[in-house]
Amino acid sequence: MAQLLSPPLKDDLDIVIPTIRNLDFLEMWRPFFQPYHLIIVQDGDPTKKIRVPEGFDYELYNRNDVNRVLGPKANCISFKDSACRCFGFLVSKKKYIFTIDDDCFVAKDPNGKEINALAKHIENLLAPSTPLFFNTLYDPFREGADFVRGYPFSLREGVPTAISHGLWLNIPDYDAPTQLVKPRERNTRYVDAVMTIPKGTLFPMCGMNLAFDRELIGPAMYFGLMGDGQPIGRYDDMWAGWCAKVICDHLKLGVKTGLPYIWHSKASNPFVNLKKEYKGIYWQEDIIPFFQNVVFPKECTTVQKCYIGLSKQVKEKLGPLDPYFQKLGDAMLTWIEAWEDINSPAKAALSQGNGVKKDESSTKQK
Amino acid sequence: MNQDDIKDSDIDIVIGALQPDLTSFLNEWRPVFSRFHLIIVKDPDLKEQLNIPEGFDHHVYTKPDIEKAVGASSTILFSGYSCRYFGYLVSKKKYIISIDDDCLPARDNEGNLVDPVAQHITNLTTPATPFFFNTLYDPFRVGADFVRGYPFSLRSGVTCALSCGLWLNLADYDAPTQALKPQQRNSQYVDLIMTVPARALLPVSGINIAFEREMVGPALFPALRLAREGKLRWETIEDIWSGMCAKVICDHLGLGVKTGLPYVWRSDKGDPIESLKKEWQGVKLMEEVVPFFQSVRLPRTATTTEDCVAEMAKSVRERLGSVDPVFNHAADAMLQWVKLWKSVGSGSSTPGGA
Repeated sequence: MAQLLSPPLKDDLDIVIPTIRNLDFLEMWRPFFQPYHLIIVQDGDPTKKIRVPEGFDYELYNRNDVNRVLGPKANCISFKDSACRCFGFLVSKKKYIFTIDDDCFVAKDPNGKEINALAKHIENLLAPSTPLFFNTLYDPFREGADFVRGYPFSLREGVPTAISHGLWLNIPDYDAPTQLVKPRERNTRYVDAVMTIPKGTLFPMCGMNLAFDRELIGPAMYFGLMGDGQPIGRYDDMWAGWCAKVICDHLKLGVKTGLPYIWHSKASNPFVNLKKEYKGIYWQEDIIPFFQNVVFPKECTTVQKCYIGLSKQVKEKLGPLDPYFQKLGDAMLTWIEAWEDINSPAKAALSQGNGVKKDESSTKQK
Repeated sequence: MNQDDIKDSDIDIVIGALQPDLTSFLNEWRPVFSRFHLIIVKDPDLKEQLNIPEGFDHHVYTKPDIEKAVGASSTILFSGYSCRYFGYLVSKKKYIISIDDDCLPARDNEGNLVDPVAQHITNLTTPATPFFFNTLYDPFRVGADFVRGYPFSLRSGVTCALSCGLWLNLADYDAPTQALKPQQRNSQYVDLIMTVPARALLPVSGINIAFEREMVGPALFPALRLAREGKLRWETIEDIWSGMCAKVICDHLGLGVKTGLPYVWRSDKGDPIESLKKEWQGVKLMEEVVPFFQSVRLPRTATTTEDCVAEMAKSVRERLGSVDPVFNHAADAMLQWVKLWKSVGSGSSTPGGA
């Protein structure tokens, strides 16, 4: 029986969930999530008590905790925006992260079977990616598939997978203008494929249903300055995705997209979204060519070095577009400094017992 | 061009006949093919007469026709699977759809018969989006759209010039792969159409394709042929070579290439272990070929497909000629093809012909 086998990567993966409302959605995920450690990042009012369903092993951080852990560097973590989730990436000690929104539920495949999204992400991350040549039968490592005729043999080993990007049934991840024009559209098409996004190609990375190898790409998964006090929102995951993709391309790491699906239940208000997004819609037209032309010097051999280089280029090339990008470039540097602080071996030993907060009442040891 | 504006008379279906008896093949395809004009090109090496059932509007081209049109010394270009390229040459239509003669109609996950002609035409008449990846795949499909974060200036897309379909049952694997997994058959019907991003290379299989004839025709040619190119797909590489040229050229000209639906059902045929003996040369050559395609750049002055092919041929000779003589032959064949395209090909597909 499958339940008797140890859940894959049980001790190597954290589930990071940003929330401002409640965590009721976890009940539906219990069969798949319960073996894993959760990092809850509570956005908004820190005095509000977020109830975590019984039986989950978790840490919970509210804004006070973020400030306490990061001190002056806390200004790089967004407030009143799900971008705050990247604080969870920062403090995790695991190799892998799976992040999911609190309005995402278990979906069913065309046979009616419930989809274990976490297990599929793990499968995606543990199998190689193939960004250097496109396979027309999609993921060649999938059971029942393979590389097609003409696929060079020297490229069949693939590269390590850094990111697994999942999709959504029901409410699709549309921007505000599309939501306004098509309020009733639902994604009902289950596309049974995983594929590697080719090298040199950018994509819109949605943070709702996402997993990554923290050791391979963690420092690039900064979700930017959004929300309260910022001129833009709903571009946090997009920003992280563009930064991460250009770095993955440079370092020969792979990004996959496709399965698994989750069921996205909540359509956010399109008018509210429009206000958050509209600057992004204009700025994007400059941001995309910027990322398409990013070049990393050979000396950038680590994610951190690439990211620091990128932050400088952001300030230089996008700064003229709006002063926001100067702030963002600085925040990117602050993030890397915070990453080094918290994640370097010596410093991590020092901060042990200081930065981690566990909710007294319901932490359960496994 | 809007899909509603496409008439049946804008389409030619080109079939390369490598087997003499096309009766069951065409009868199976009758519900789909009977509306269209068929160009059937008989493999010049095939000795037997072709057997074609009643009720199809078709034209058959055989070895004498090929020799007459291109000269006896050129005929070698069109043997085996390459015979269908002659059909591309003589067609006067806007769109060509080509399916191997060992493929039959497939069924989708609901059990409905797939009409690959209709799907290919949909693919070719809706824009492609090569400059940015859409995570919900083809945004022009009913029930889909561009996702959040997709730049608005890129949402009108570009013309799709090439549509690459897929295969259920016997997938287009190479001989080593199929030999290692002799029982493996492709049973996954993936409900997906997508644009292959710009600068991404792919193996374009000739088994099930469709294209805009004037835009892509000059770039699809039987130029790279193995010394012992054979009568099974495992023993060929010509479509892979021309497909990569076509992709580089489409990228250069700002045209799109889609892949995914439609599926055809490909019959079991041949012994991959036997073919292994012939195909190893192709496998070896691919290793030389891929770095070349990844780095080849076409000059800005090349603004037509014919010009692009000529420039590619030059690059092939310069950079691959010394690696293996087969590439010099390929470069010669590419230039010869462009000449043929200009002289034999009808050029414009406006009504009234050449």
